[in-house]
Amino acid sequence: MATDPETFPVRSGEDVVKARQVVRSRAMDIGFSLVEQTKIVTAASELARNTVIYGGGGEMRVERLYEGPKRTGLRLTFEDKGPGIIDIELALRDGYTSGNGLGLGLNGARKLSHEFDIWSKPGEGTRITITRWK
Amino acid sequence: MNRPASRLPAIVEQHQKEVLADWLSNQASSGALRAGRIQESQLRDESQRFLALFTKAIQEGIEFETRGAQWADIREFLTELSRSRATQGFTPSQVATFVFSLKQSLFKRVNESLKSDPAALAGTLWDATIALDALGLYTTEVFQQAREQLIARQQEELIELSTPVVQLWDGILALPLIGTLDSERTQVVMENLLERLVATGSSIAVIDITGVPTVDTLVAQHLLKTVAAAQLMGADCIISGIRPQIAQTIVHLGIDLSSVATKASLADAFGLALKRRGLGVGRAATPGA
Repeated sequence: MATDPETFPVRSGEDVVKARQVVRSRAMDIGFSLVEQTKIVTAASELARNTVIYGGGGEMRVERLYEGPKRTGLRLTFEDKGPGIIDIELALRDGYTSGNGLGLGLNGARKLSHEFDIWSKPGEGTRITITRWK
Repeated sequence: MNRPASRLPAIVEQHQKEVLADWLSNQASSGALRAGRIQESQLRDESQRFLALFTKAIQEGIEFETRGAQWADIREFLTELSRSRATQGFTPSQVATFVFSLKQSLFKRVNESLKSDPAALAGTLWDATIALDALGLYTTEVFQQAREQLIARQQEELIELSTPVVQLWDGILALPLIGTLDSERTQVVMENLLERLVATGSSIAVIDITGVPTVDTLVAQHLLKTVAAAQLMGADCIISGIRPQIAQTIVHLGIDLSSVATKASLADAFGLALKRRGLGVGRAATPGA
């Protein structure tokens, strides 16, 4: 079960800051520990920045998940209508970047999450969903 | 212009008193005072001055021009009014309404004076509308400018304030970072640190990230660049303020900080810096102990 997603624009550096703040506050509401909060906030920061820099801007959706009485989680979806990723496997390789970064963000976000799903089509855009359970 | 001279200046001058009285009572009932932000006496004084300036300005020429000399006094008055209302917490539309609200009482007099001459009536109303609209919008423009200046100043202050380089000891500098490390600020941080390294002849810089809430790959990249630049100048860097949650995240992200000395707290980093300088902290001998 999931709550209705909240949608936030991710178009500028300020939006990346706002996205981090939103994710931190939702993670705190769910009762994530400080370490868990930091992990999902950092993953969100990486993906939000990628959305701005490589996707040309897009949006973030935030959902709270409930599975049973004790299992709660946070699911974040970043979607853009940018150029897309031609070789996803290459993009996920540590140290590879098509820009000026360290080339660690995308795979780092995957390692900081429990579930990671990526959809991308050249010319159509990219959608990345991450989930972290409490 | 091949139009007959506007009748507006004559009408306004002739009925100045009645127009003012009407305007004031309209403003009172429309709630300009209700918020209690300005005194009735102040509003009366401002309305009186505005109407006097408006009367004087249109005597000299009805066409409003932003740079026109005859509008200089009224522009100055509105600039001051707009700025003072802004600091009192008025909204831009409330400020503009001050000017727009003159229309009702002004039109009433124009109507009465030119009842028998519809063509002149329409022309005069149009003149009044154009002039007052321009003045009303002018207040909004000033209001916005004042806001923008304020924001720009705050941004500059924030950039300056948030990147102080402090001297901990002879030859040891500390750079306590606080907040988001976006690229513009990182540039300032880097320049500040490098300048101070030269100015103080320091050989060790402690970069403290206790106040940076999120350390992601971009922040790490900026840190590494700053460290590399300092190293090129012959200075060693120590990064402190790596909390447990940050340490875990850095590991997951695969960021390699092994080229830099890192410490959990600023105190630990200071201790290491002292040691590198061949210094130590000891207990002072207490006389008589």
